[in-house]
Amino acid sequence: MYPDNFRYTKEHEWVSIEGDTGTIGITDHAQHELGDIVYVDLPKVGASVAKGGTIGSVESVKAVSDIYSPVSGDVIEINQALADKPERLNEDPHGDAWLVKVRLTSSDEVKGLLSAEDYRSYIGE
Amino acid sequence: MTQAAANLKVTPLNSVHRRMKAKMVDFGGWDMPVQYSGIIEEHNTVRNAVGLFDVSHMGEIEVRGPEALNLVDYVSSNDASKLQTGQVHYSGLLYDHGGFVDDILIHKVDDDHFFICVNASNQEKDFDHINLMNRHKATVEFASDRYAQIAVQGPKALATLQKLTKTPLNLIKYYWFVDGEVDGVFARIARTGYTGEDGFEIYVAPDRAEPIWDKLLDAGQDFGIKACGLGARNTLRLEAKMALYGHEIGPSVTPLEAGLGWITKFDKTADFIGKTALEKQKAEGVKRTLAGFEMIGRGIGRDGYEVFVDGNPAGWVTSGGPSPTTGKNIGLCILPVEAAKTGNTIQIMIRNQPVDAVIVPTPFYKRAK
Repeated sequence: MYPDNFRYTKEHEWVSIEGDTGTIGITDHAQHELGDIVYVDLPKVGASVAKGGTIGSVESVKAVSDIYSPVSGDVIEINQALADKPERLNEDPHGDAWLVKVRLTSSDEVKGLLSAEDYRSYIGE
Repeated sequence: MTQAAANLKVTPLNSVHRRMKAKMVDFGGWDMPVQYSGIIEEHNTVRNAVGLFDVSHMGEIEVRGPEALNLVDYVSSNDASKLQTGQVHYSGLLYDHGGFVDDILIHKVDDDHFFICVNASNQEKDFDHINLMNRHKATVEFASDRYAQIAVQGPKALATLQKLTKTPLNLIKYYWFVDGEVDGVFARIARTGYTGEDGFEIYVAPDRAEPIWDKLLDAGQDFGIKACGLGARNTLRLEAKMALYGHEIGPSVTPLEAGLGWITKFDKTADFIGKTALEKQKAEGVKRTLAGFEMIGRGIGRDGYEVFVDGNPAGWVTSGGPSPTTGKNIGLCILPVEAAKTGNTIQIMIRNQPVDAVIVPTPFYKRAK
């Protein structure tokens, strides 16, 4: 369920690193806790994000949940498809329904994040 | 987690919800299911077929004796003297200043017996309030521990519940009830609900709730019945523009401001608490009102968000969110009367950004009769 090549936060985001690009999303646990997702608010391309800073929000029928960036960087792409199909976040949170891609400004930050195994034990799975 | 936190109250169906793997939340001090399979799916099942809700957290207060009507009519804003035996109506329990203690359903069981269904988190307060006003010396009983309440809601509610009772349900009119039986035991069966659909709310002894719940799920299987949580209950009632205490109404909102003039019977024979204040408010002109809106811009206006008109703060969202039936983002808000005209554009502050919405007629959803 939780890919080994991702790194995770205690706020239930994941990041996948390829070269100097980080792809960010929310975890399957997060989508499950939120329930039916009906709205996704993402930053603009070009925005700078800081590790732990808000990069947007995800709304379910019941609640609004902020998304915190696991890493610092500049936003180079956002997942436009989610504007029309926010429910994809319930269906494929670790794949198609990624949220944003950032160009990393610090490669060291990733080391402080949780491994898949640590994350699984953190959420009690 | 397989058990409710020790400080939370539980309904007689708590272990059933946990067995069914519902997502449980602290709802005003009660450990309650917010959803089972998903709010949207549960919502649509009630609109199209039938859903089952545990609403046993709701409170019950019984008023008896020769002075029962006098007390009920004095503490509530609707005209209880007009109720016939077997009839139910929606009413307000008000303060002297006209704001709400609670909104309630009054069932007339007999000339000297009224059964009142009240909100879970207000039940002790309501009971104290009614007792305090009991100059008539009627007998007031806090009866919540004697009843579990299950709501069967949707176009297939009658067909589902009928399988468990010999009481002819088609003879019960909307907002009437009978004391009959379900699954062979006493049940107060009311054709009421909080979803905008046809349906029933049944009051049974707590120890009968679990077998009845299970049998209802079996009985509704052919129709695609689903257990539904408080999440769907909220989206359903919002589409039908039914008020929720603490949102549309509360101590600082009067029935005249909440679009509930129809439960405020100034011309009834009995005096009632709040009447003087409400007469004054009516004479001076009601300045703010409850209005429905639909989002135009991207975003969802939610409970408590500020509303701006022409760049100035003007009111707040009382309830808002996505409407599964209409596919739109809808809500209710309190606004100055002049700003609440259909077609008017307002701005809702969503995370410090004004987002356009338009005032629309309500309810957002009305079932075909």
